[in-house]
Amino acid sequence: MPAIAVERLERAFGDVLAVRGVDLEVDEGEIYGFLGPNGAGKTTTVRMLTTLLLPTAGRATVAGHDVVAEARAVRASIGVALQEAALDPLMTGRELIRLQATLQGLPTAEGRRRADDLLERVDLIAAADRRVGGYSGGMKRRLDLAAALVHEPRVLFLDEPTTGLDPVSRKTIWEEVRALNDEGTTVFLTTQYLEEADQLADNVAIIDQGRIVAEGTPDALKAEIGNPHVQLQLADGSVDAAERVLAEIGKLLPPSDGRTVLVEVENGAADIPRVVRALDDAGVGVEALELVRPTLDDVFVATTGHHLEKKQVPTTSSAPANA
Amino acid sequence: MNSLRVNARVIRALGMRSIRQTFRRPQLMAPILVFPTLLLAVQTGGAGGAVDLPGFPPVQGFLQFMLAGAMMQSLMLAGNSGGIAFAVDIEMGFTDRLFAAPVPRYTIVLGRLAGVAALGFLSAVWFFAIGLAFGAEVHSGVAGVLIAVFLVTATATAVGGIGAAIALRTGSASVVQGLFPLVLVVLFLSSAFFPVDLMVQPAKAIAEYNPFSFIVEGVRTPIIAEVDATDLLEALLAIAGIVVLGLVLSARALRHRLRTG
Repeated sequence: MPAIAVERLERAFGDVLAVRGVDLEVDEGEIYGFLGPNGAGKTTTVRMLTTLLLPTAGRATVAGHDVVAEARAVRASIGVALQEAALDPLMTGRELIRLQATLQGLPTAEGRRRADDLLERVDLIAAADRRVGGYSGGMKRRLDLAAALVHEPRVLFLDEPTTGLDPVSRKTIWEEVRALNDEGTTVFLTTQYLEEADQLADNVAIIDQGRIVAEGTPDALKAEIGNPHVQLQLADGSVDAAERVLAEIGKLLPPSDGRTVLVEVENGAADIPRVVRALDDAGVGVEALELVRPTLDDVFVATTGHHLEKKQVPTTSSAPANA
Repeated sequence: MNSLRVNARVIRALGMRSIRQTFRRPQLMAPILVFPTLLLAVQTGGAGGAVDLPGFPPVQGFLQFMLAGAMMQSLMLAGNSGGIAFAVDIEMGFTDRLFAAPVPRYTIVLGRLAGVAALGFLSAVWFFAIGLAFGAEVHSGVAGVLIAVFLVTATATAVGGIGAAIALRTGSASVVQGLFPLVLVVLFLSSAFFPVDLMVQPAKAIAEYNPFSFIVEGVRTPIIAEVDATDLLEALLAIAGIVVLGLVLSARALRHRLRTG
């Protein structure tokens, strides 16, 4: 039985259809990345799956329970850390986790023990009796995550858990998500960060304007886009010679300027020595070389026609959408 | 039975949180104790001669008369502050944390009301302490104190229900805060600060039918005279009416919030 099964799920707000017939299935024990830009329908979908919002059409089950008919059973099976950690700044970290334990029906003694264990786990034990209002963004996220884990949920929903965090805090959250998943927790993770989905998710669904436009493992999605390519920066005047040589190795892609040649390679990094040898034999000087793999942004561009992230990180740049 | 016990623990935990929240946020505490205490001091000091007016009920002094009004002001502002705090929870998404828990959602509203009830109780005890410290007597003794404390606590809970309903419906702390002047209007158009018989029209007509006048008299009578069954019953009926109104409005607002997100 899948941990999450969604069929033709829809949610309208007046005339606006925020989620349009979403179908998806998440297996037990996987990390499922739900990737899309702001306003794509990620949070609305999560709110329906966590019983915070009623669907206007379709159905969904979480941990085997219908989100409408068996909402309380769903809530007993899930942990939820919603966008922008919803924490009371006047409470201390320890008070918050203990309250969460009470809300989940844990006996007082067990709730206290779990609170201490979780505060230790997320490295907040020293700050446990300080008010949350004085925590940093990363500490708040870790506390929110700990609160979501207090009853050892089968399915964990994380709605943009690292938005706005610095790289170090983001990495800490990733490590914790991986550790939880290793312990058997199914994780449904929404994100607008390509790298996050790529790094963490076993399967990814890309949502845009309320519809799922692509779904699969990150590698499979990228493979659908095409092979990786080698980007070569050449000395002046050697582009024509390089293109003649490289045309025999792989398909040439449109260059971005007069000193760059792009050639598709079937075997990725394994083809680089062959490229270098061929150019060397032909006497073509290479100033820089980089293997560029298709990214999830390329998948996003191919399926929606626009970029997910406005600014691309250097290692994942500019493979043409049809490459 | 087990789930009842769990629900009771949730209500208690949320009530405790609500009380802590009030004590840790001075802007919530000030209207509940500080403002009514100041108003009580100013009115008692400045308008004490009112007790000599023809038609003024027989009282030991103006402070004795005013205690019920100060308690009413305090409990209504406690209810309003409870609504503001609930709306702040909604605005910052904290209620989503609560609504995502496997407890009946009414327990979340009841938890908030438990906190307001505790503040109502505190307010009654505070004003009795002040009254007694400054020489006011409670005519009907301990029984009168217990009746008044019960009525004040119950009314605070009822008013908190209205505040919670408005918070749930609007999700806006500033809207609930905007009701602050309305609370004072309702109080001044009741017998809280002045006997209805000495009011002029149309305030007199409004005060005669204002349910808070019935509650004020239910609280005041045991302080200035013997316990009166009619006053007590009318106060209980008025509280029951406000409770029902608060429950109906809260249930509808909760359903609306869950339907619309």
